[in-house]
Amino acid sequence: MNNNDPKGIPQTTPRMSATFTRDVNSDIRRAAATGIYDIRGGGAKRKLPSFDDLLFMGASISRYPLEGYREKCETSVTIGGLHAENPIELDIPITIAGMSFGALSGPAKEALGRGASAAGTSTTTGDGGMTPEERTHSTKLVYQYLPSRYGMNPNDLRKADAIEIVVGQGAKPGGGGMLLGQKISDRVAAMRNLPKGIDQRSACRHPDWTGPDDLEIKILELREITGWKVPIYVKVAGARPYYDTTLAVKAGADAVVLDGMQGGTAATQDVFIEHVGQPTLAIVRPAVQALQDLGMHRKVQLILSGGIRSGADVAKAMALGADAVAIGTAALIALGDNDPKWEAEYNALGTTAGAYDDWHEGKDPAGITTQDPELMARFDPVEGGRRLRNYLKVMTLEAQTIARACGKNHLHNLEPEDLVALTMEAAAMAQVPLAGTNWYPGKPGTTY
Amino acid sequence: MQTIDLSKVGLRETNKMLQAQSAETNQTSWEIVNPRGSHAIACGLNAPIEVTIKGSTGYYCAGMNQQATVNIHGSAGPGTGENIMSGKIVIEGDASQYLGATGQGGLIVVKGNASSRCGISMKGVNIVVQGSIGHMSAFMGQSGNLVVCGDAGDALGDSCYEARFFVRGKVKSLGADCIKKDMREEHITFLRGLLDEAGIDADPSEFTRYGSARKLYNFHVDNAGAY
Amino acid sequence: MCGIVGLFLKDRSLEPRLGEMLTAMLITMTDRGPDSAGIAIYGGETPGRSKMTVQSDDPDTAFSDLGAKLQDAAGGPVNVTVKSTHAVLDIPAGSTAKVRAALNEMGIRVMSFGDSLEIYKEVGLPKDVAARFELAKMSGTHGIGHTRMATESAVTTMGAHPFNTGPDQCLVHNGSLSNHNSLRRKLRREGIHIETENDTEVGAAYLTWKMQNGATLGEALESSLQDLDGFFTFVVGTKDGFGVVRDPIACKPAVMAETDQYVAFGSEYRALVDLPGIETARVWEPEPATVYFWSHNDTPTATEKAA
Repeated sequence: MNNNDPKGIPQTTPRMSATFTRDVNSDIRRAAATGIYDIRGGGAKRKLPSFDDLLFMGASISRYPLEGYREKCETSVTIGGLHAENPIELDIPITIAGMSFGALSGPAKEALGRGASAAGTSTTTGDGGMTPEERTHSTKLVYQYLPSRYGMNPNDLRKADAIEIVVGQGAKPGGGGMLLGQKISDRVAAMRNLPKGIDQRSACRHPDWTGPDDLEIKILELREITGWKVPIYVKVAGARPYYDTTLAVKAGADAVVLDGMQGGTAATQDVFIEHVGQPTLAIVRPAVQALQDLGMHRKVQLILSGGIRSGADVAKAMALGADAVAIGTAALIALGDNDPKWEAEYNALGTTAGAYDDWHEGKDPAGITTQDPELMARFDPVEGGRRLRNYLKVMTLEAQTIARACGKNHLHNLEPEDLVALTMEAAAMAQVPLAGTNWYPGKPGTTY
Repeated sequence: MQTIDLSKVGLRETNKMLQAQSAETNQTSWEIVNPRGSHAIACGLNAPIEVTIKGSTGYYCAGMNQQATVNIHGSAGPGTGENIMSGKIVIEGDASQYLGATGQGGLIVVKGNASSRCGISMKGVNIVVQGSIGHMSAFMGQSGNLVVCGDAGDALGDSCYEARFFVRGKVKSLGADCIKKDMREEHITFLRGLLDEAGIDADPSEFTRYGSARKLYNFHVDNAGAY
Repeated sequence: MCGIVGLFLKDRSLEPRLGEMLTAMLITMTDRGPDSAGIAIYGGETPGRSKMTVQSDDPDTAFSDLGAKLQDAAGGPVNVTVKSTHAVLDIPAGSTAKVRAALNEMGIRVMSFGDSLEIYKEVGLPKDVAARFELAKMSGTHGIGHTRMATESAVTTMGAHPFNTGPDQCLVHNGSLSNHNSLRRKLRREGIHIETENDTEVGAAYLTWKMQNGATLGEALESSLQDLDGFFTFVVGTKDGFGVVRDPIACKPAVMAETDQYVAFGSEYRALVDLPGIETARVWEPEPATVYFWSHNDTPTATEKAA
């Protein structure tokens, strides 16, 4: 390109706007063309303060590491011992988060069950009810109790190892489930009692209770129906974590599941995912504070989810006070979601491996987030289960490596004082000092 | 007849006894006295027994009921019969909000009035109300039948799928995508059967049928105002 | 969130039992609200005199010789009846503003003011709060009570309900207001005193503000349906009676019972089971977005329904 126009005046270089970016402009054009908001799956994609902004200090002259192998670093955790006769014993503090049959294929749910069971942990049903595949292959199954109540019935409730009352999830605090017609196959329609091929509309509140005072009565009912045998979790997005955790405990929860905005969904409005909720890093300390203020830390367990990717994330969550984490998106990637081997097909769908998020269309080349029999056939649940087990194993080993370096013989002995922060935001959110200092924004007794 | 004094025996023991009954039981007749508005009475039953509660109940009486017949000789609190799978619930007095919420089968009969959100998210249950019902009834109702001899409040059947509504009195307003429909011979016959089953004396031809216009089944931008 | 109870006596012979009946109702609502409890009782009006209920965390110091200390400000004798952390002041009619100012200087909190209203509220389980103030022994014509499960503000004495914002007026609330922060700022700019970050206090302050600007209680409750956002069941007490209103969505529970002897309100039917004649009472649920009001007064204010 000639930098001078015919009259010899230099042209300025084209400058893109930071406000009206290419992405934004394409969103506007899409809205103008269709008249409907953009729907996609996944969690918040934009850059957020996260666990990447925290580092462990490790061993030093004052703090001694543990040897690998012989010097044990334990990873087990018990969830829900407060009221239930049969709490859930997990070998590792990493669980599989709720994802529905409907959003995922039957074989995908089977793979999750296989992998989690091999690793000694639990899976969770989703907004579609309990499938035989999942109950058969999952040694510990948490049954979600959602606003929609699709497929909810007392027989499945009594087959569950725990019940998770879903108030909300990180991707859409205040939104209900969404499944579009393309994925309402015969089987899904039968389980959800919907006409085949229609777009499922969502309820965002529970149909028969509103508020923590009524939640307490609902928890009583669920305990009465299941003979007080199994733990009751309450899952909520990280909206007002201090108050929500307090209220969940007061309502009688045995465990609180907190989901940050990086947490994925099968489908919802993009605007919900990106602009409602809080980063996972920001929600854990207030929740732990609430438990400590009630004298319930470690008595009511806190399970953190929303963009957990590695053993480092697991260790950091536990150092900040969580008892365990849950993974959703990461588990799907381990199974094979967004794998570059399908790149040609992603391109044909107008996307690329790693960016594919139109799961609601049911055209997943990997055969995981689809109900199409041909695509589903590409996914081998046995192999998928092995991959998930491997991934869980690696995350556990990574967390143990870090914990041993910090001198801990159990993952739950990690503490905030093992951490430093790289940014002001991370320091303020985690209440962990900036590296090289002993200060974080809002530290009591300090001003700036 | 087995009589349980709830105020003495307590909720857990009462429910344990009732839930322990199976299809083979010969203890088919039960009576609960002194319910005193307690919650979750006779929830999770799964046997062809009859339980009569002498007095008014709190929230979630007969929740997730299977096979049993539960009679409430008084009024019933919020969420009575929620998620009922089969069997029957008969309420002599009034029923509070969320009656039969997300119910998948069975029959619920109310001799008095039902409150708001009656049959919310119903998934196959049949509900017959001799009196009137409150606002937002059958919100997102997927299947099943709601029969009202009296009047219905605002937003009946808002956002419903295939559930059907038969109202004899006035409907204060219809919800999004809920419209009046024809009462054909097959509907009158069906309704007669349901009213008989409910033990309610009413002429089915005096009822009007309502249901989904099915315009919200797949998104069209022109219907955006209904969401 | 909360449990609410209310009792309005039509039968005067029940007045000595008002405290006892309300206390029993309150205690059944403990599960809904274990954090704190409060009761407002209307009784014992004396011509020419007014009342204030006050509170201090250090009652022995604060209340010692209080009557004498307030005499100047009150312009006349002040009688003090101490009840644990609270005290009821019997003051000359018309001296409320001056006495309030004097109490502020002393750091003593005012819980209520009016001719017949007394409010007692504290942190703790309802049965403990009731025992502390011997609520079961009180008599009166009507009263409302509240058990609290704090949602978005702290569990403190002043955060407990009922909230008193005008003479003989008080409010209890079950639900969660969603625009309370903006409304609090606006009302403070209008000069209304709001002490806590509690959404309910904003509801009470709003009603007071409306009535200070000429609305009747009924009209204030009607306009609250427009101006307040969120989920609420309100029960308000006034000198002559009590009112009930539910927001248009009406998810929070509300049950009422009426006989020849009383009108009662409870968040759950459980709260009403021990009332005399409850087996044959008319029991119903208030409609959404409708103001109900009962009064002992022969000339009723707006939107009367019964009694």
